[in-house]
Amino acid sequence: MVLDSKIPSGAIETAWDRHRFSMKLVNPANRRKYTVIVVGSGLAGAAAAATLGEQGYNVLCYCFQDTPRRAHSIAAQGGINAAKNYQNDGDSIYRLFYDTVKGGDFRAREGNVYRLSQLSVNIIDQAVAQGVPFAREYGGLLANRSFGGAQVSRTFYARGQTGQQLLIGAYQALSRQIAAGRVKMFARTEMLDVVLVNGRAQGIVVRDLESGAISTAAADAVCLATGGYSNAFFLSTNAMGCNVTATWRAHRKGALFANPCFTQIHPTCIPASGAYQSKLTLMSESLRNDGRVWVPKNPADCAKSPKDIPEEDRDYYLERKYPSFGNLSPRDIASRAAKQVCDDGRGVGPAVEGARRGVYLDFADAIRRLGQKAISERYGNLFEMYERITGENPYETPMRMYPAPHYTMGGLWVDYNLESTIPGLFVAGEANFSDHGANRLGASALMQGLADGYFVLPFTLANYLAGVKAGAVTTSHPAFNDAATEVKASVQTLLSIKGSRTVDSFHRELGTLLWERCGMARNRAGLEDAIAKIPKIREEFWANVNVPGSGAELNQSLERAGRVADLLEFGELMCRDALAREESCGGHFREEHQDDGEAKRNDAEYSYAAAWEYAGAGKAPTLHKEPLTFNYVKPVTRSYK
Amino acid sequence: MKIVLNIWRQSTRSAKGAFERHELADVTEHMSFLEMLDVLNERLTAQGKEPVAFDHDCREGICGACGFMIDGQAHGPAVRTTVCQLHMRSFKDGDELCLEPFRAAAFPVVRDLMVDRSAFDRIVQAGGFISVNTGSAPEANSTPVGKDAADKAFDAAACIGCGACVASCPNASAMLFTSAKASHLGLLPHGLPERHDRAVRMVSQMDAEGFGHCSQHTECEAVCPKGIKVENIARLNRDYLFASLFHSPREGEADGGG
Repeated sequence: MVLDSKIPSGAIETAWDRHRFSMKLVNPANRRKYTVIVVGSGLAGAAAAATLGEQGYNVLCYCFQDTPRRAHSIAAQGGINAAKNYQNDGDSIYRLFYDTVKGGDFRAREGNVYRLSQLSVNIIDQAVAQGVPFAREYGGLLANRSFGGAQVSRTFYARGQTGQQLLIGAYQALSRQIAAGRVKMFARTEMLDVVLVNGRAQGIVVRDLESGAISTAAADAVCLATGGYSNAFFLSTNAMGCNVTATWRAHRKGALFANPCFTQIHPTCIPASGAYQSKLTLMSESLRNDGRVWVPKNPADCAKSPKDIPEEDRDYYLERKYPSFGNLSPRDIASRAAKQVCDDGRGVGPAVEGARRGVYLDFADAIRRLGQKAISERYGNLFEMYERITGENPYETPMRMYPAPHYTMGGLWVDYNLESTIPGLFVAGEANFSDHGANRLGASALMQGLADGYFVLPFTLANYLAGVKAGAVTTSHPAFNDAATEVKASVQTLLSIKGSRTVDSFHRELGTLLWERCGMARNRAGLEDAIAKIPKIREEFWANVNVPGSGAELNQSLERAGRVADLLEFGELMCRDALAREESCGGHFREEHQDDGEAKRNDAEYSYAAAWEYAGAGKAPTLHKEPLTFNYVKPVTRSYK
Repeated sequence: MKIVLNIWRQSTRSAKGAFERHELADVTEHMSFLEMLDVLNERLTAQGKEPVAFDHDCREGICGACGFMIDGQAHGPAVRTTVCQLHMRSFKDGDELCLEPFRAAAFPVVRDLMVDRSAFDRIVQAGGFISVNTGSAPEANSTPVGKDAADKAFDAAACIGCGACVASCPNASAMLFTSAKASHLGLLPHGLPERHDRAVRMVSQMDAEGFGHCSQHTECEAVCPKGIKVENIARLNRDYLFASLFHSPREGEADGGG
């Protein structure tokens, strides 16, 4: 299979403009005859559904939450990047492009990233016009801050709730289209399969989560905006419902899955406090602007109160190892450094299951320098949240932090048009693999989700629709009944096992294994071990899981069982991808490939996107490679020293 | 510590519900309230019983999915805290707690502690937006917004749509929710052109959904996990009154642009 990225040739600065002109349009009078399915109502999904509705298409939008306003985009705290250069500090579209390509450790497509940087400025205009209450200066203009180690202040923010405010903006736009009858919204409805007719995506199978009814819907194109797969690790910062089901089922129907091993581990999360822990809470990276990260130099000091550890016995390891970026080193580097000091036995905080896994994030210096009031203005809500969860007051004692899975750069392979390898199946936001390479920079996820939804898909989908006959396929085609029958059978199987283990116990077992073997550091032996063990967990799951209740009612155990069943297949692919990539880059750190703890990339052999083709249950998937070329940003070793 | 839970169980919208008693002997103070329910659910499942259904998702207090009554208080006893952020250190050994779904005619019970809050969506659909199509926005800094207005709009925009305000109101009024959305948009210059029309449309929809009227009990503000202020209700009342006197509503339904 040849993977054609469809990146326009010629100058990168004009590529998107030229591409937009070359794409076909649909006559306004004909648009309402076309139906588009959008699965997911986060930033990418809601933005796409709203915009397609505005353009006059007939849109069907689905989400598993009780309302589209709750999608996980809502939890993003820090901000959204845009190359506005309002601060006159040397930012530009080109610089945002450069930083993103470099930050992604040269594993993203230049063409996509350049377009993303261009569109970033439109997103801010759009959001402000919708009423998104970004932070402002006293003069009434928009405020910016530097974020995640960027040397320029290009991050727009809304206190610590930027994701919420942007999502509410997109949700309002979506609500307007629902009222206008252009978008039909299906909440508490989960997609369980994609329906293909003659190789094209023509619809989906869904389950109504309240009644349990399984039904199908037909469309002229399908768009998945269903988020990432961090919950493969069981404990992550993702919402409890986040899952891989939509993208995985599309993968099983033929969509290639790219770079599944590229996962982002966020350095500043509240450490787990016990075995009952259900999820981890992220604390905004902005805390690292003023907090200093340290652990004791001597493992014997780890059980002491931080107050009793004098300055000379503290190791400010980020400042020591990376003097120029220090506490603001990029996420992958900061996370790995935290793991290393904890592996050295220098972690702090209460021991959970035998190990202290935490590092201090200390604000004492900042409070001395700026005063408690200034710190409270900047981080008050985060400090409160930390105290609520841990019972400790960060104004008096340093916060404890540990890295946690947070975002996944991998996803379904898409071309420049965001179309997967299944014609008519488009993928947007975190669900696709396109723009962040091996590591995503802070404040870039919101940017990508909204760029895809507001400004890319509405054009590229139109181009696709212009080439197909409207309403050519309906649910009376036998493919729909076949797909629904298959889904019903699989639901019935899950319910009929009535074994002795709960769904969560399997999820936890898989997650723990993936975190140990395919987490912040990976090696051949560990990955091979995981690849051998996962099929066994899967086998036991299908023999011994206990899903109480029936399928004809609201059944949260059944919902989770379906998602865990998919994660059990997906987790193996993640490990296979990590095993095949014999280099270290971005969030993917192979212990065999390092220079004294620093990631060693291998551009000669691995400068490609790895796109995996499903080969059938229990069969090893086939690897396809999309070579990456860098004409503008020359690959260099990422150094933050 | 030991905690006793009396939990409302109801299998469908139309089924008759009842309280069910459960004892948990090994709760720790570091658990969140929902993690305690997870532990209970794991046990119920292992015993072949049906777990308790409750809405939850982000568990960070921002998505607004969770929420039920703990001893008659929406989201429980901690101030400005959603139930997912409530930790067991707020309780003491031996406490017996009563868990019920949010009760309001406009929030039908779906199952156990879950309710249907789609009425909120329909209130927003009635006018809780600014009519701007993608692509037609002017340069973001072309309209300065005073920091005071921006901050007030933000305070109102912080609403997470959880429904605690409705559940705590003796009239099951949705005025705090509705006024927060109307204030958020109406305080910004971008939302000004539709301010009065928005007030009328959203309030009419609120009435149509079966929410009660506001009698300024202000319990809503006390329980709101995001600290939304009742001054928003006063603002919406002013806008509504002004619109009823001077404003002619726009003809027909929202056209959705395009």
